[in-house]
Amino acid sequence: MAFVSSGYNPDKPMENRNSDIGPRKFDEFLPPVIKKNFGAWKYHEILEPGILVHVAESGDEVYSVRCGTARLMSVVHIKEMCDIADKHCDGYLRFTTRNNVEFMVDSKDKVDALKADLLSRKFNGGSYKFPIGGTGAGVSNIVHTQGWVHCHTPATDASGTVKVIMDELFDEFTGHNMPAPVRIAVACCLNMCGACHCSDIAVVGIHRKPPLIDHEHLDNLCEIPLAVAACPTGAVRPSKVEVDGTTYKTVAIKEERCMFCGNCYTMCPSLPLSDSEGDGIALMVGGKISNRISQPKFSKVVVAYIPNEPPRWPTLTKTIRTIVDVYSKEANKYERLGDWAERIGWERFFEKTGIKFTKHLIDDFRDPAYYTWRQSTQFKF
Amino acid sequence: MAKHETPLLDQLESGPWPSFVADIKQQAEVRAKNEEGIELQIPEEVCDDLLGVLELSYSDGETHWKHGGIVGVFGYGGGVIGRYCDQPEQFPGVAHFHTVRVAQPNGKYYTTEFLRNIMKIWEMRGSGLTNMHGSTGDIVFLGTTTPQLEEIFYELTHDVEVDLGGSGSNLRTPASCLGKSRCEYACYDTQAACYDLTMEYQDELHRPAFPYKFKFKFDGCPNGCVAAMARSDFSVVGIWRDEIRIDQEAVAAYVGGEFAPNAGAHSGRDWGKFDIQKEVVDLCPGKCIKYEDGKLSINDKECMHCMHCINTMPRALMIGNDRGASILCGAKAPILDGPQLSSLLVPFIKVEEPFDELKELIENIWDWWMEEGKNRERLGETMRRMGFQKLLEVTGIEADARHVQEPRHNPYIFWKADEVEGSWDRDINEYRKRHQR
Ligand code: HEM
Ligand code: SF4
Ligand code: SF4
Ligand code: SF4
Ligand code: SF4
Repeated sequence: MAFVSSGYNPDKPMENRNSDIGPRKFDEFLPPVIKKNFGAWKYHEILEPGILVHVAESGDEVYSVRCGTARLMSVVHIKEMCDIADKHCDGYLRFTTRNNVEFMVDSKDKVDALKADLLSRKFNGGSYKFPIGGTGAGVSNIVHTQGWVHCHTPATDASGTVKVIMDELFDEFTGHNMPAPVRIAVACCLNMCGACHCSDIAVVGIHRKPPLIDHEHLDNLCEIPLAVAACPTGAVRPSKVEVDGTTYKTVAIKEERCMFCGNCYTMCPSLPLSDSEGDGIALMVGGKISNRISQPKFSKVVVAYIPNEPPRWPTLTKTIRTIVDVYSKEANKYERLGDWAERIGWERFFEKTGIKFTKHLIDDFRDPAYYTWRQSTQFKF
Repeated sequence: MAKHETPLLDQLESGPWPSFVADIKQQAEVRAKNEEGIELQIPEEVCDDLLGVLELSYSDGETHWKHGGIVGVFGYGGGVIGRYCDQPEQFPGVAHFHTVRVAQPNGKYYTTEFLRNIMKIWEMRGSGLTNMHGSTGDIVFLGTTTPQLEEIFYELTHDVEVDLGGSGSNLRTPASCLGKSRCEYACYDTQAACYDLTMEYQDELHRPAFPYKFKFKFDGCPNGCVAAMARSDFSVVGIWRDEIRIDQEAVAAYVGGEFAPNAGAHSGRDWGKFDIQKEVVDLCPGKCIKYEDGKLSINDKECMHCMHCINTMPRALMIGNDRGASILCGAKAPILDGPQLSSLLVPFIKVEEPFDELKELIENIWDWWMEEGKNRERLGETMRRMGFQKLLEVTGIEADARHVQEPRHNPYIFWKADEVEGSWDRDINEYRKRHQR
């Protein structure tokens, strides 16, 4: 494993340096039919789940076949995508914001062969490499974060939870059997890199134990004022502690004030808070981002805590299945999950889904909490 | 033969959804065999050890990645995220496992040639594992060692002419929906706008100078396919302000059942015959559509630009001709003060090259935020702390009823001295002449 130099010279780092060149320009990568009809599309149609046609004013057509992916993917897998794109799509492909991959062809004749090829490819173990779906009134791929695969603050895994949820909702991915699109997101901690706060269903990793304090190392590793300032609830304050006769500068935490957000840990590695019993998942529902019919809205917590049950998180998937089934049965055509819940009332949402309402579902964080309490006698028994 | 037993992870190989475990295993095998004779620059067992450390997390329910670690390339403050394993003896292949963010082409179209070229760099100099794509939109290379960082940067910028993305307290890699490239709803060229601003602000992207991260996102229409309003500090959402164009013949074809409503999005279930009254007219939030005597009409003045009618009958209804975008500001995730959606700042702006109006707006906002924002405070939080009026002031925008859902509930108004006749300068002795002590 000899070191191979790229041409970079560490003694003269600025020599031949190309800085700030930015991304490659998008139009270098557009398939010819897309480039030709850029800005001149007339309409589109979803021919079957996962397969779209876009028709241009010129009469040209582009057929897109959308496939789910695990997002975490290997070079081997990406090269396989390239082989498919070379074989069927003149060497072009694209990814979607929701981590699907799309293969585009410029005539209908080419769709069947492409489709057959995609569906024939499976990983060892039997899962599809390129399941087709993710369009229309169904479940698209899950937007998610890093989890135990790569991050230091997760309270749950992301790749694993996504895998088991999508296994459970596979028919909803490959079908158009929902009243409206159902968007799911997974974030493995409250930082929500994968952004959950406006999804129909959001899975959010949460901690439930205050940070441990590594007294003997804290002052060496961390800036105490930063850790103190990081806490949104003022739970952290500077302190001194004696361990085996030595006095250390450290912090103290008012535990009853802690909301387990992990901000102090982000500022100071001597305040870890992950814990196999404390950690788990909060389930949120009813958010959306599109402006269609109703305005964008936040997701709401409907289950305050579900334990981590790797590798297949059965309680989580069962709860999601229940919500999806009740919503699918009860909602009107075009009605998003949150719009349905608001129409029937949240008291009915809990009744119909059989989810138990607990005190943890009443907001108690700062001013916005007040706007979520009921200030009316308009309610249902 | 796998290096570590992974009985828990193995259970994620079954089921129909693509298995990341099976994929990592196939990469591990390819690395071990190395049939192409690549001079691997990081440990051969990196994929095996990633599976090993992940299995450990699955069995004890806790992460095994250490906090932070500052690494990067010369002259940049972002683009690389340092990562170290907390069990390096057990898993030496991932003892150092840094992430490299690579700027993605807007709309995420690729040629296989480009993809193969960047993959070539990554299989030699990294783990061979990626995220396509990271949450912000970058191509994410998962896992390499410190000595490889400059080499990767050099090859990316020289051989494939692509740069690192953003991380840290700076401008994050901007992202757009696919826009005009393939969507008939796009009200402006999201990709061109995104590219132009990305290039304009390379310095802000690579050298952290902000209180915290800042994101632009570009949606071509109110459907919001990149979720700009939910997750960007500066959200550009396409909109039109004239009339929705109507093709009455196509309307008749929807009513007659020749065209599937909502472009076929509901094909998996029998929802009954398309009912234009119930499915379009009654659901319109502006209550401005009429369907009478087989003719559809829209009172566009009352249209809320929600996209529902257009989404439902894409072949009959088209966005108007006077197109541009709305600008909304301040979205963020819960940390620290709870989640926020973007708030409307500019109801309508033309989005045309060279995008000067957009840039002026952005720079005014940055000047203010960099001056007033506290450390780790997103724009939305600064807005909340200082008031929306402050944002209007620094951007020189007139208040407008469109800025609010409803006017304020309380009359605690912060009048300024120069807004009150005679200003605030008063003489207590003059006052006492009129009022006894
Ligand atoms: C021609 C292309 C596209 C069209 C015509 C289109 C159409 C739509 C429509 C009609 C909605 C509103 C959904 C609703 O609330 O009923 C929507 C929302 C959305 N679309 Fe697309 N879309 C397109 C491409 C994409 C692509 C490629 C993606 C990414 C995979 C995407 C992701 C989304 C997302 C994330 C939303 C927001 C859903 C939410 O409210 O949470 N769209 N799009
Ligand atoms: S959501 Fe939290 S745990 Fe997950 S990748 Fe982001 S910071 Fe890490
Ligand atoms: S976890 Fe959050 S609330 Fe708890 S002490 Fe740390 S910063 Fe404060
Ligand atoms: S945001 Fe609008 S313009 Fe952009 S892809 Fe989605 S539907 Fe099309
Ligand atoms: S876009 Fe929405 S508000 Fe406007 S006419 Fe159509 S349905 Fe009504």
